[in-house]
Amino acid sequence: MKRSLFSVAVLGLVLAFLYVPILLVVAYGFVPNGTAMSFFDAQGRFLGLTAKWYEQIFAGSYAVKALLESFWLSLTIAGLATVVSCVLGTTAALALHRWKGRLQSIHHALVYTPLVMPDILIGISLLMLFVAAKVDCGFWTILIAHVTFCVSYVVMTVLARLQDFDDRIVEAAYDLGAGPWYTFFKVELPILLPGIVAGGLLAFTLSIDDVVITSFVNGAGTNTFPTYVSSMTKHSRNLPSVFALSTLMLLFTCALVGVSKFLTGMAPAARRH
Amino acid sequence: MKNDNPLRSRKAEWLVTAPSFLWLALFFAVPAVIVLAFTFHGHDASGGVGDWSMATWRELVDPDYPAIVWNTLRISFEITLWSIVLALPCAYAIARMSPKWRAVIAGAIMLPFWTSFVVRVFAWKTMLHPDGWLQACYLVWLRTREWLFDWLPGFLQQFLVWIGFASAGHVDPASSTILDSEAAVVLVSVYSFLPFAIMPIYSAAEKFDFALLEAARDLGAKNFYAFRKIFIPGVRQGVVSAILMVFIPAVGSYVIPQMLGGTDCVLIGNKIFMRAIQNRNIPHASALATLMAVSVLVPLALVMWWRKRQDARDRKRLDAQTARLLVSGGGR
Repeated sequence: MKRSLFSVAVLGLVLAFLYVPILLVVAYGFVPNGTAMSFFDAQGRFLGLTAKWYEQIFAGSYAVKALLESFWLSLTIAGLATVVSCVLGTTAALALHRWKGRLQSIHHALVYTPLVMPDILIGISLLMLFVAAKVDCGFWTILIAHVTFCVSYVVMTVLARLQDFDDRIVEAAYDLGAGPWYTFFKVELPILLPGIVAGGLLAFTLSIDDVVITSFVNGAGTNTFPTYVSSMTKHSRNLPSVFALSTLMLLFTCALVGVSKFLTGMAPAARRH
Repeated sequence: MKNDNPLRSRKAEWLVTAPSFLWLALFFAVPAVIVLAFTFHGHDASGGVGDWSMATWRELVDPDYPAIVWNTLRISFEITLWSIVLALPCAYAIARMSPKWRAVIAGAIMLPFWTSFVVRVFAWKTMLHPDGWLQACYLVWLRTREWLFDWLPGFLQQFLVWIGFASAGHVDPASSTILDSEAAVVLVSVYSFLPFAIMPIYSAAEKFDFALLEAARDLGAKNFYAFRKIFIPGVRQGVVSAILMVFIPAVGSYVIPQMLGGTDCVLIGNKIFMRAIQNRNIPHASALATLMAVSVLVPLALVMWWRKRQDARDRKRLDAQTARLLVSGGGR
């Protein structure tokens, strides 16, 4: 087989293009001069690396108070949005899989249209709803918005799992006298669980990363991590702390993905029993 | 015994469908209708929504708005083009690797998504600093563009200036900074959306039969000719998905032009945010959102129509094949 050197070269350049900003994020977490974001002094001498931004974060010092608060708010909202969208997404996927009537074709359209809409349209339309209903924006409106755009992604992942689901198992459970709730919790849920977990992880990452929709529905003074960071364009004294915190998040997600890889690696072994 | 299966009943269907159906109806469908309704209202000075009127739609011809819509579409087109041009060779290279390497590289392409998007855009902002090396690259790029432009015939030059792809006059290195320019928006958008372009093309390329390329080469086709005439048509479904995956968020982009575009590059998304949050002109924001929805839905509808036609054609071809098989089988 003949390899095309050109395409491999392009791939290499693209990977470099994708990774340079990430390496920079990690490097800036150790930057000595935080105001100029520079590793060198005016004479061009290397100033060395510093761990003070990490110390600030771990000590929870006053300089990073707002940053850490926004970070905890992001985690809370992402956690709650994940739970709610997993429940809604799983029931939606079950309904779409099991029934094929008029109701489900409308349901299907409702689930799939948010996937192809730009975030900003979901944001502005929810803002209009809250304006029309005269609701004050804050924690709850952010949560509602996040659930709304996460549900569709959970439905997709759970539906993918349902595709190789043997419906006869459910029939068998009924024939053996199990009720609908018992069947759901003892038969369907355990089989669907990997799909739900995958969908939940996706929902969590989408929620914690969202800036566009949140900036429409957050109201004054409520900031999640992304909206806090994007509001720092002008006064960027905390920028190195942001980069340090992002590096910690990157490490954490890598660990999380490692664990989930490990769990999915175990799933086929468990299915054999 | 299927009849007393409680999950097959109509009541059960409503019960299982209701939670997600009601949620999305209330928080997705109803707001969309509200947005559309607000465009037929005027706005009052206190930042509220006024009476029913066509004033908002009349005000949309304000020369600002059509120019912004056109700019958004043009820049989205540029971003899509660059992404696809880069994604095609990448997808090709990944699909030709051994399965183990494929998984590694595909993972490596998605990994950047595990750092916050805003933080990555911030990292770009520091890299695009006027003293940085990217600024030097930008000036070289501008000069090359200018040089190529001078080569073109006059009517083409005028056309390019007219649609906004080029500006008349020469580059002034002092006033051309890459930060706060359209080029920065295109560069960082390509950076952000490229993985979404690579993935669908790669999954189509995985199913592509590379023996076809060998055959084309055996018949005398040059590498690039075979790539263009066999590989690209072979993965066109993936290319079309990739175009949508890039074009839709590009049209809707707001953060990147906000942080890197300066006053030079204001897109529909920024204008929507400006009108909704800063000016409290809700009807105008709604009308701009409607325009954006149309700019997204039109290409989407075109693609769906194309897919349907493609499917019908494939089915016809399949039917013909089956018929031929049946005939030959019948003869045997």
